[in-house]
This record gives sequence, C-alpha cells and structure tokens, in this order.
Amino acid sequence: MSNLLKAASSPHIRHMDTTTGIMFDVVLALAPAAVYGCIIFGLKAVFVLLVTTVTAILAEYLWNLILKKPQTISDMSALVTGILLGMNLSPDIPVWIAAIGSIAAIIVIKQMFGGLGYNFVNPALAARIILLVSFPSFMTKFSEPISDAITSATPLADLKAFNVKTLFFGMHSGCIGETSAFLLIIGGLYLLVRKVIKPIIPLSFIATVALLAIIGGQDPLKYILSGGLMLGAIFMATDYVTSPTDDLGKLIFGIGCGIITFVIRRFGSLPEGVSYAILIMNIITPLINRIPFSRPFGYKEGKGL
Amino acid sequence: MGRKEKALTPVKRIHGGIQLEHLKNTAEVETEIMPSPGTVFIPLSQHIGAPANPIVKKGDKVFVGTLIGEENGFISAPVHSSVSGTVKGITDKALNSTATVKCVEIESDGEMTPDPQLKPLKIKSAKGISEAAKKCGLVGLGGAGFPTHVKLLPSKDSNIDTLIINAAECEPYITSDYRECIENVDGIIAATYLLKKKLNLEKVIICVENNKPKAIKNLMEVAANEKDTEDTVKLMRLPSTYPQGAEKVIIYSATGRKVPLGKLPSDVGCIVMNVTSLAKLYDFITTGMPLVNKRITVDGTAVPSPKNIIVPIGTPVKAVLEFMNVNIDDVDRVIMGGPMMGQPVASLDAVIEKRTNALLVMKKGARVNTATACIRCGRCKGACPMNLAPATVETAYRKGDISAYQKLNVNYCIECGSCSYICPAKRPLTEVMRIAKSALRRQKK
Repeated sequence: MSNLLKAASSPHIRHMDTTTGIMFDVVLALAPAAVYGCIIFGLKAVFVLLVTTVTAILAEYLWNLILKKPQTISDMSALVTGILLGMNLSPDIPVWIAAIGSIAAIIVIKQMFGGLGYNFVNPALAARIILLVSFPSFMTKFSEPISDAITSATPLADLKAFNVKTLFFGMHSGCIGETSAFLLIIGGLYLLVRKVIKPIIPLSFIATVALLAIIGGQDPLKYILSGGLMLGAIFMATDYVTSPTDDLGKLIFGIGCGIITFVIRRFGSLPEGVSYAILIMNIITPLINRIPFSRPFGYKEGKGL
Repeated sequence: MGRKEKALTPVKRIHGGIQLEHLKNTAEVETEIMPSPGTVFIPLSQHIGAPANPIVKKGDKVFVGTLIGEENGFISAPVHSSVSGTVKGITDKALNSTATVKCVEIESDGEMTPDPQLKPLKIKSAKGISEAAKKCGLVGLGGAGFPTHVKLLPSKDSNIDTLIINAAECEPYITSDYRECIENVDGIIAATYLLKKKLNLEKVIICVENNKPKAIKNLMEVAANEKDTEDTVKLMRLPSTYPQGAEKVIIYSATGRKVPLGKLPSDVGCIVMNVTSLAKLYDFITTGMPLVNKRITVDGTAVPSPKNIIVPIGTPVKAVLEFMNVNIDDVDRVIMGGPMMGQPVASLDAVIEKRTNALLVMKKGARVNTATACIRCGRCKGACPMNLAPATVETAYRKGDISAYQKLNVNYCIECGSCSYICPAKRPLTEVMRIAKSALRRQKK
C-alpha cells in the first residue's frame, strides 16, 4: 500500500547541533593551547598527547567491542578526554604512564559507570589524580620550555620568580596545555561564542580564587595565571555531565571550586588544588542539582492540578 | 486610516524559547480557492469536548452551510456541511488520532450552492457574541480547537478586560494567519471593534511577531483606526521566538499576567483569539455562513509550488495533494499543522478539519536522527518556556519512577516541542513529557 506514511511524535524538526558537534567545538577550543604546548616543549609533548588520545579512543573502542555495545567513539568524547588528559600531564612523563592514565579515564571512570553522560566525575581529571597518587615523582617533574634539559620549579612553587607577562603568554614550565592563559582564554571565548558553555562557572571560579588571593595577601593576577586554574576553570569545571545544570547551581559550583582551590594551594601540602577542587565539586553536583532553584511558570505553592 | 501610532513592546519576556528558521515560503503567494472535491468526510468531533450529534441521514440533500451535527453539551461545537450535495451516510473513520471518529460522508454535486436559509445575525448583547460563535461552529483555529463560544461567554466571577488577538504565528512554514492579515484587513478591523464594543472590553492588544512587517503595517491600521475613539486598541510587536504564540506565553508577553496551572485565560481577565477565528466570527455575523472552509498552508519538500489554499472542511488529504500536484509516491510524511506541534497523519484518507492550519508534505530521504546518551548539557531546561527540566523527567521515565512526575511538575508542560528540538543528543524529550503527563493524569483518577 503506497498510502502508508511515516508517523513520529512532534516536533518534526531538530536543531542541527549534535553531541559530536559540541565535542568537536571543544577540540577546536583546546587546539591553540595544545599546539602551543607542543611548540614550547617539543616532540616529547607531541608524543604524550598522541599517546593519551590514541589510547583513550582505543580503550573505548575495545570496551564496546568486547562487551558488544554499540560503538560510541564517533561521538568524539573519548578524543576530548584524551586531549584534556594529555594537556594535564608534564611533557616529561613516561608515555606508558600517560597510557595508563587514558585507560583509567575511559574504562574505570567513564565506561564502568555507564559511558558518556553517566560518569560522576570528569574522566580526564580523575585520571590525572589517579596518576598523581600512583606516580607522584613522575607527575611533579617539569622541564623548562625549549631548553628541555633543566628541570625547574613551576610558577606555583615559586611565584616570585615569574612576571605576569610570562605567566599570561605561557613561556614557562608546567603541564603541556596549562601554561598559556592567553590561548586558553581564546579557546574559552570560542566556546562562549558557540554557546557550548556559559561563562558562569569559569568566571565565578576564577573570581573566587582572585578574591581569596587578595584577602590572603597574594598577588591575585599571578595567582590565577599560574598552575592549572585556567585550563581547569574553562575546560574541566564546565564539563556538562559533572557540573550542575541550573545557573544558580553553576554559581555555587564555581565558587565552591574557587574556595577549595585556594584552601589547598594556601594551606595544603599539595602542589596543586584545581584538580581536587573540581573533583570534590563533581561529587557534590548531584546534591546541588537536587535544590529546586526554579519554579514552573504560573506555579503556586501547594496548588497542583 | 487614522492617526499615527507606535507599536507596543512586550510587557514581560518569558524564560526560554528557541530561535527557529522561519521558512515562511508561502508568505507572499496569494491564496487560491480549491474547487469542490468529489466527496467530503466531515468529522463530528473537530474540537476539544463532546462530539456533535448528527442530524442528517443517508439520502438527505444538503447545501454549503447546512447544519449536519448539533453541539452536545456546553463544551462542544456544531458542524456544518462544506459542500452542496447528498449525504451518503455516517461512517466511523480512523483519522488523525488513534481513535475512530464519526464522519458525515457527503457526495458533492460540484455546485457549492450556499444554503438559502443562511442570513446575517443581529447581535444585541455580550451573550449574543458567544451565541454567534456557537452557531458558527467556531473553534480555536490556531490549532487547539477549543470551542470559541466557551471563552467568549462572560461568567460571573471572571472580570474580563482584555482581548488579545493572536497573530503571532510562531511555527515555521505556516502563513495562513499572515495571509488573513494581508487579504482581509477590513474584516479584522470590523471584527475587532464589534467585539470590543459588545464585550465591553477595556483593552485590545493585537500581537504579531516582528518577522512579519507587512502584517504589522496592516494590523497597525486596525489599531490606528478612527473607530478607536478611546485609544484602547494597540498593536504589539513580539520577538520571533518560539513558542511566542502559545496562549500562556502570549498572555504573559502582552499583559504580564501568568495563567496558573489548570486555569483559563479568563481567570486572569483575558480572552485570546486567533486572528483568523476573529475574522471568521465577523464573517458569520454579516453573512450567516458558518465555518465550512479553512485557509491552510501547503508546504514542505514534496510540494512543487507551496501556497495557501482555501479548502472545504472534510476534504481528504489525498485530494488536497492532488490539487497541489504532489507526486503521491514521493511522499514520506504528512504533518497536519506546523513542524513543532503538528500531528502526523497515518494515511492520506485523513481529512482537513476546522483547526487544521497547515499541511506539511515531506519527501522520502530525510535525515533520520538517532538518539545518543544525554550529556546533561541543560539546553532542554534552558529552552522550556514553562521552566521545567525535561531531561530529568526522561531519566525518571527510563527508571520507571512514576512518583517523580508530580515533583517534576510535568503537568505544566505545554508540549511545545522546544526541548526535543534543541537536544543535541536527539532524545525524544517531548514525547516522554507527553507520556509522563498522561501517566500522572491516570494516577490522579
């Protein structure tokens, strides 16, 4: 019968944005800072990034293959995780450790909890912490840009040794993708323009850290430009899956990240607080999401249908 | 033409909403009249409420405008013949919904002779307006199909002061209300001032989206008319944000009043009338011809030359497509209404109803969207004009957690489709909201 028609529930049109498209935008936004890291740290950085991304994609591919699940690598979320993890590692890390990080991120943090959308913490971030706890000596060794022989302290360890300009443009030691605040901000602006992220989390996160730095007698500019704050605030804390959906929830999340970062940096024995701060707030996110921030249109207390 | 006026801007802006491609391809094409089809099937239920009772039988001779079904109770509407010819019988037909509907089958004689007994009405009171709307068989022509006489009947507790004329037409493709504004501005002017006077309204606000400059120009003639001696008829330009034309949304934009859940516009002192409904009511009062035909937009990828046509109610979709030179073998989907809220038709035997305002005919080979995992981006929440959280409802639905529906306020959903539209993971959120709403209703019973 030729009169048989397709019938589907309305709406019959969809917006052109897809999950893959969003992930691709994140990759584009990360690219400047990642490429810059490869330029200043040389081939070894390229190699680390290559290993983390290829391992991440391969791990997800094999997981789906072995467990006979629909293949999901084309959504590019594994690629994003791989790049993010690589950018969060020292260029001097042995590549086998980098590979372990990617496997932990994809298999343990993401797929074991149900895959994309179900992980309760950011995979790249959690993997970084796993590596930090498991291989502390490798994870905290950083070399100078260009002249790679000398291993030196990162700005966080010795703030006075660096000026704001160096910190802003990123010609200093650190993780592959975290050094250039300038390029990370450009990436963040791209995501804002593309409406992939809202500015609430990055702004509240960074502003809280700056404010507390002033109160604590530190140079706020140097404080926010050093360490992994920009990378974390713009790219990791804004992860949809592990941050609140409401605007007010996002504000609480950002401020919480800022406070924990400052407390760890100032009073803790750890070199870096950003990762732990985001991780802790990731875990609190389901609780934040339970707060009824908004009421439906025309709502009256106790007057249901 | 009267004095110069400036259009009003919205009093309030609603949360959320989405930007859609307008696709008003048919806006500047003149409306054509479709000739009488061979046979029409006029459903006795084309409105919200009880179906009409048939008052004709097989073999009866009818004319255009002859009453064939009487209203059955307060929330119901009468039905009239849309052609002249002979009643072939009353049949159960599976139409657009899953249930079967009783239809009066009429074979047209091709003459389209109007019923000689039709004559103009004299309106004496506010009640007379409601009475006329009932006799006309008028229902909400914007797509809802709510019997118009019900909302025009002033009740004792409600204090109606504002008439909102809805010419927003926020769905893509559809231009039938727009063509009404272009082709029948005199009718709209006369209708507006008649209603204002008879219903003793303080204010009339004509609402139109800002993507229709020609309609704005014409409707300004309504607002700036010399009949408006007290300067109470105003034109409001609304942003072209979907779902601007939804009843609750347009009331909020025009007056800042919020219609609470389960309440009607009259509870906040408003009557909302679609611009075509308004013009039809006036036409009925002056000519006596009830609602027997409808201007519909026929557009979509399978339509070679899209345009608006005036079609007798009860015309099968197939006859419309043949008139529009659509290659039937090429047709994949037919949607009655707009792409956001329209209903898919199950077969080409479906018929044009009073509330039909568009037919979208889509070719085979359109992209199929497959759903992927929710990434909790929150876009559905951001788009929801009712400020709900569709993704959270969907999670509850997947878990089978029916008890969560009440807390998540699913009964506020107006099923506008914005959440499904915006979802990057292409999840069927609106569909789930609909399921959740009906589950909650069943639970309450």
